[in-house]
Amino acid sequence: MSTVLTIDNLYKHFPIAGSKQVVQAINGVSLTIEPGETLGLVGESGSGKTTVGRCIVGLIEPSAGTIHFRDADLALRQRHKRELAGKIQLVFQEPNESLDPRRKIGDTISEPLLPLRLDRETRRRRTADALRLVRLQPDLLDAYPSELSSGQQQRVGIARAMVTEPELVVLDEPTSALDPTARAEIIDLLRRIQSERHTAYLFISHDLSTVRFISHRVAVMYLGMIVEQGSAETVFNRPQHPYSSGLLSSVMLPHPHLKIESSVSLKGEIPSPINLPKGCFLASRCPFVIDRCRHEMPPAETVGERHTVHCFRHKDVAASVPASDTFNVFMKEAERILGRTVPSGVKPSLHQPTT
Amino acid sequence: MNSKLGLLIRLALIRPRFTIGYLIVASVLLVAILAPIIAPYSPTEADSQNFLQPPSAAHLFGTDNVGMDIFSRAIYAPRIDLTIAILGTLLSSVIGSSIGAVVGFYGSGRGIRVWLSFAIMRAADVLQAFPIFVFAIALVASLGQSIQTVVLAIAFVNAPIYLRLMRSQVLSIRSMRYVEASQVNGLSDTRTIIRHVIPNAMAPVLAQLSINIGWGIVLTAALSFVGAGVRAPTPEWGSMIAMGFQNVVTGQWWPSMIPGAMLAITVFGFSLVGASIEFLVDPSKRRELLSQARERRGHAGVPMEDA
Repeated sequence: MSTVLTIDNLYKHFPIAGSKQVVQAINGVSLTIEPGETLGLVGESGSGKTTVGRCIVGLIEPSAGTIHFRDADLALRQRHKRELAGKIQLVFQEPNESLDPRRKIGDTISEPLLPLRLDRETRRRRTADALRLVRLQPDLLDAYPSELSSGQQQRVGIARAMVTEPELVVLDEPTSALDPTARAEIIDLLRRIQSERHTAYLFISHDLSTVRFISHRVAVMYLGMIVEQGSAETVFNRPQHPYSSGLLSSVMLPHPHLKIESSVSLKGEIPSPINLPKGCFLASRCPFVIDRCRHEMPPAETVGERHTVHCFRHKDVAASVPASDTFNVFMKEAERILGRTVPSGVKPSLHQPTT
Repeated sequence: MNSKLGLLIRLALIRPRFTIGYLIVASVLLVAILAPIIAPYSPTEADSQNFLQPPSAAHLFGTDNVGMDIFSRAIYAPRIDLTIAILGTLLSSVIGSSIGAVVGFYGSGRGIRVWLSFAIMRAADVLQAFPIFVFAIALVASLGQSIQTVVLAIAFVNAPIYLRLMRSQVLSIRSMRYVEASQVNGLSDTRTIIRHVIPNAMAPVLAQLSINIGWGIVLTAALSFVGAGVRAPTPEWGSMIAMGFQNVVTGQWWPSMIPGAMLAITVFGFSLVGASIEFLVDPSKRRELLSQARERRGHAGVPMEDA
C-alpha cells in the first residue's frame, strides 16, 4: 500500500490585521505517514503543530507547499471531493465544544455519513457500529452532549471520526482535556481501533509520555519546523537535536524511579514567530551553538532509517546524552499495570513500511 | 418541550408580572378570535341616529361620531392590528436573521464577501439611523396605502435589529468546534448554517420577537392614526383613536380613550411575554432568577419544593 499522507515543504503565514507583518506559523514542514502508522507530532504551544493538522483536514489553506493524500493533491480538494469524502477525519481537543449541544449523539455521529449519500438504514447501522466501536451504550444515541462525561464526549468525537472508516485521522490533542483515567481509556481505544482497522493517525500532542505510548514515529516541531523526525524509540532514547533533547528532559514520568537524563537545558525565551531569526531558530537558546548556526539554516540530515535531524552538531548532541531506555521502562511498567485493558499484540513497535 | 412548559409555569409563579403578561396576551388573542360571537353589533355599520352615545347598557363603550359601536369595533380591532404586527415581525425576523446569519458566517477573512457584508452592515446603519416613523410613512407613501404596505413597513423597520442580533450570534458560533467538525465532515456551508449555526443562534431572536410584536402594534396604530395605515371603517385601534380625538376636548372621551387603553394594555402584555422568554432562553438569567426565588422562599421559612 502506498503512503497515506505526504506533506512537502508546507508553509503557512497568517497576516496580522492592520499590519504588513505575518505570523510565520509553519516554515517548511515535510512529513509522510504510512498506512496503519501513528506519527506523533510534538512541540510546545505555538510551535504550529495544530496548524499542520488543520491544513491537512482543510480548515486552513496552506500558503505554500503541497499535501497529498495518496495521489490526490489536497489543494484541489474540491475536485477530489467524491473520492476524499470521509477519508480524512479530525478529533478535536475540546470534547465538549466539538459536539453541537442541540443535536443528539446519534445525529452527531452520523453527520460525516451525510455527504456519502447512503440510505437511511445503512447510516443507522454504521452509526450504531461506530458507537459500539468506542464502547458506548446504544441508548446514548438519543442523549444530548450535556448528559455525557467529558470522557464519553471524546468517545463520541472519536466515533464521529471513525464512522466513515477513514484512512487517516488527525488527533489534535485528543486527551489533554481529560483526566488521567479517561486519558488512558482513550489511548487504549485508539490503539485498539488502529489494530482492527489499520487506520493511520497523526497524533498531535505536547504530552510526551502519551505520544511515546501511541506513536510509531515522532516528529518534533519547533517554531513551525520539524527539527527531528524518526522512530519513536530512537528519538526518545537518543535524541539528536538539542531541542528534542531539551523537550524530553522536561518530561516528568509518573514513576518515582524513572528519571530522564539530559544535559541539555534550553535558556531564554522562544523567538517571536513574527520576527524569526536568520539561521537556526534555536541558536539563541542552544547550548551547542556555533557561529555557523546564527547565519545558516541547518539542512535536513538523514542520520538513520527514516530519521532526519536539522542540526549541524547532531553527533555531539547524541554523544552528550547517555542513550536512555527510560521511556521503554516506563512503557513496560505501564503495560504491566494496564495489562488488563491493553490487548496483547498491540505494542507500538517500530513500524516497518512496506515498499 | 414538556420541561420548557414546566419551566414557563415556574417562571410565571416566581414573577407574577409574567403571569399578567401571559393573561393579557391570551385574552387579547381570545377576544380577537371570538369577536364575531362576542360583538353585539357589526363593527363597520353606523347607526346615524345614535352617534356619540356615552357608555350604556345598549352600547357598552358608547358609540363614535358616526354611530358605530365602540365595544364591537375595539374587540374586532386586534384582528387587524395583531395580524399586521405578527406578520410584519415574522417577515422582518426571517429576512433579518437569514441575512445576518450569512453576513456573520462570511463576514471575516478577505475578498468580495467581506466587502459585501460591510456594505450590508452600513446599509443597515442607514436604515436604523432614520426615525422609524418617518421611514414607515415614506414607505407607505411610495408603495401606496394598504395593509400589505404596513406589514412591509414593519418588516423593513425591524429587519436591521434581527440582522445585528443574528450576526453577533453567528460570529461567535462560527468558530465553534462543532461548526468546524461539520466542515471537515464535508457538509456544504449552507447545510452547516442550517444544521448548526442557526439553531444555536435562535434563542435571543425568539425573545426579541414578542417585544417587536408589541412595537409593531404601536407602529400600525400610529400609521393609521396619521392616516397612512388602515382606513377608517375597518376596525383598528389607531384609526379609532384618530376618529375620536377631536371629541375628547368636548367631553366625549370614550371614542379615543377605550381603544387607546386597549392598545396600551396589549403592548404591555407582549413586552412582558418578551421579557419572560428572555429568561426562558438565557440559561444564566434563568438560573439567577430561580436561585433568587429559592433564597426568598428559604428566608420566608417555607419549605422548598423541587420541580
